[in-house]
Amino acid sequence: MAMKFEKTGDGTYMLDVCGYVCPHPQIYCKKSLEKMNEGDVVEVILDNPSSVETIIQMCDQVGHDVSDRKTEGGKIHMKIKKG
Amino acid sequence: MEENGTKNKMWAFLITGALILISFMYYKANVFYMYLVAYIWFGFAYGMMLQYGRFCFASASRDLFAAGVPRMAVGILVALMFFSLIQATLASTNMSTFHPAPFGIHTLIAGLIFGVGMVLSGGCASGSLYKIGEGNMTSFLAAFFGLCIGQAVFVDVKWFDFLIPQSWVATAAAKGLPADKMTSSFDTYLAGYVWDKPTLRMSDTAAIKAALPGASKYFIGDALLTALIPAVILLIVIYVFYTRKGFLKKRAKQKGGAATGLGDDAAGIWSMITASQRTTLMGVLIGIVAGLHILVMKGMQLRFGVDNFGRLLTKMGHTGDVSISGKVFDPGYWYITSQEGQFGAWILEKFGWNMHDNIFFGVNNGLPEPWRNPALWMSFGIIFGAMVMARLSNEFKFKMPKGELIVWGLLGGLLMGFGSRPALGCNIGAFFIRVAGGDPSGWLYGTGMVGGAFIGVKFFNWWSERKMAKEMEAF
Repeated sequence: MAMKFEKTGDGTYMLDVCGYVCPHPQIYCKKSLEKMNEGDVVEVILDNPSSVETIIQMCDQVGHDVSDRKTEGGKIHMKIKKG
Repeated sequence: MEENGTKNKMWAFLITGALILISFMYYKANVFYMYLVAYIWFGFAYGMMLQYGRFCFASASRDLFAAGVPRMAVGILVALMFFSLIQATLASTNMSTFHPAPFGIHTLIAGLIFGVGMVLSGGCASGSLYKIGEGNMTSFLAAFFGLCIGQAVFVDVKWFDFLIPQSWVATAAAKGLPADKMTSSFDTYLAGYVWDKPTLRMSDTAAIKAALPGASKYFIGDALLTALIPAVILLIVIYVFYTRKGFLKKRAKQKGGAATGLGDDAAGIWSMITASQRTTLMGVLIGIVAGLHILVMKGMQLRFGVDNFGRLLTKMGHTGDVSISGKVFDPGYWYITSQEGQFGAWILEKFGWNMHDNIFFGVNNGLPEPWRNPALWMSFGIIFGAMVMARLSNEFKFKMPKGELIVWGLLGGLLMGFGSRPALGCNIGAFFIRVAGGDPSGWLYGTGMVGGAFIGVKFFNWWSERKMAKEMEAF
């Protein structure tokens, strides 16, 4: 099993941590954001509901914007703009 | 999506209906089983609340260290505060089933091992159960092979004799226990060390008793001094180190000027507490329900005139279920791990392993059939309650562990199993219940857990950094 962190365009990234359980999604999300520049956007895809609460609060605390949150086929998608 | 929602609702009703039917069957079989039925439904309620609030003790310290998020730590402290007040009320009316645990350095060490384990496996003892209810099979690996089988093996083997000092062997022998129940390293540890350690409950100390006559000793000694004040201090510490800077920056922006007053900090603490409303709300509810659970179990004991479900099993003729003391594991409140150990032992006995030849099962906790095991039903209740809640919110997803998660699940589960036995409890029994009941040894276990979580997070940080670097080679 592998996580995927890909550059999908200029200043856009995709982090796929489906299959992973706590604490991996939140750790990978934090590390991805650390590697990005301010204003860059990452689309995070995960299927572990418990991690979502943590990721949202983490973004709120440090000033990243979370948008386009949706659930499709048991997978949760969200976009995070680094603030 | 609509079809999936209907299917999930159907499952939720099916599970709940099945549990109602099972409860009715128990009642028809013998009214004594209502004692066990109470455990089922409190377990069910815990499961629903844990799932809804994403309530996991592993998350409390792990997310704080890994992501700087205090959501769960705050939720647990809120639950602890409410629960301690209810515990004090129950103690003051002689309706408490709480009992303090032997106090010693073993509690800290056990907490440390448990803390590493809960981070590796992705959930604490109670968290793993609710996550099984969400369909998370990594948690199943941790609970089944670690908490069930791992614990049972741990209490019945001699593998740890090299750690046992000769003085414990002599002390244990002097206890005069039947030789056929004293066969493992853990037996010597219990009889030669743990049983001789003092227990400490604040309301029982001479100083508190002398200073606070009557019921106030429970509210001040147990609740205020042991739970409320430390919990408030911890909330402030968490605020200062993790959220204050960000909050004051935002507030200053909103105010258009500096935000440095006491009122700003008070607003900051409140904002931290209410940041995740579902977690905090569940913290309040869990605290109240855990207190109600004690009240109901005490009421059952008074109603049936017993101090342990083992007495009722004996009355019903199930003498093979109970230990030589006539008891089974029946904590009288929320507890995890001991019952999973019993389940593991029951399975191992089916494969010919004698699990009655030790103190843990043979003398203290008995080995009832799973369908007559009250605390085990509480654990099943947690799984089913969480499953119903996850189904209702369309969050149930059956997830088989793959690759590294199998290793983390197994290793973490085993460490949780090994870390809960020496302290006679886990994040619930050795920390949450004890602290709220006025037993400071709970904080010792909690400190160990946090230390263990810190080590676990350090390891995962290193591990994920390696994987990220590999992924980013292509950039």
